[in-house]
Amino acid sequence: MSSEYDTTETLDVKGQSCPMPVVKTKQAIDDLEAGDVLEVVATDSGSMSDIQGWAKGTNGVELLEQVEGEDTYTHYVKKTD
Amino acid sequence: MSTDSHPSIDEDVDATELQELRERVAELEESVADAADDAGGKKMTIIATKGTLDMAYPPLILASTAAAFDWEVVVFHTFWGLDILHEDNSRNLKLSAVGNPNMPMPNALAALPGMDAMATKMMRKKIDENDTATIEELIDLSLAQGVDLQACQMTIELMDYDEDDFYDGVTTGVGAATALQHMAESDVQLLI
Repeated sequence: MSSEYDTTETLDVKGQSCPMPVVKTKQAIDDLEAGDVLEVVATDSGSMSDIQGWAKGTNGVELLEQVEGEDTYTHYVKKTD
Repeated sequence: MSTDSHPSIDEDVDATELQELRERVAELEESVADAADDAGGKKMTIIATKGTLDMAYPPLILASTAAAFDWEVVVFHTFWGLDILHEDNSRNLKLSAVGNPNMPMPNALAALPGMDAMATKMMRKKIDENDTATIEELIDLSLAQGVDLQACQMTIELMDYDEDDFYDGVTTGVGAATALQHMAESDVQLLI
């Protein structure tokens, strides 16, 4: 799997289910700098909708892309401020 | 309805008053725009009243997720909901086999001794297999994210609990008035 983004860090939440993908994404984002991109790799199909809703309702983050793989759902989240 | 009896706007509102009103409208429009921009500034208060294993999950899942949205979150635990915050009891929350028509057994059987323990064991096994977060993990996560987990003082005394029985970081010494105050300030209020 490849992406066009320079990802700063990768968060592996494979096997984990709601609410962990969102909560851990938020925690990882908090540790990054503005402009950084976090790659989140999940197996929870609910993470597609949940990460999208979270990014929409949260200040300072932007969801760049979501990639549905064979067994994984990968999300690219940018910290904007 | 006739408008003849009303004085016309020109006669009734002088220029200064009109200017003041215009400024006030601009001010209000600005504050509405600020409020709309401030997506993360919401507040949620949950009242958690149930202490069964299944009912311990919704308040904690919603609280930890809302905290991830940067919402200010208060969960007020009262009556059986207090067991969720009780360090020993929270590890032994049980599921009731009776009263849930979705259980794969009739109530008459479910009421037999040992059935609650069996239902609880099955649920815990599923939680483990699915890698679902445990109640303890969700409490730690919520506290780490700044969720205010509150234990109702009246229930603490009613149940003969000690303030030291609760997880570190749990707020004690609060009652209904505190809960109401938070609910009044909240965008989202839930009774679970």
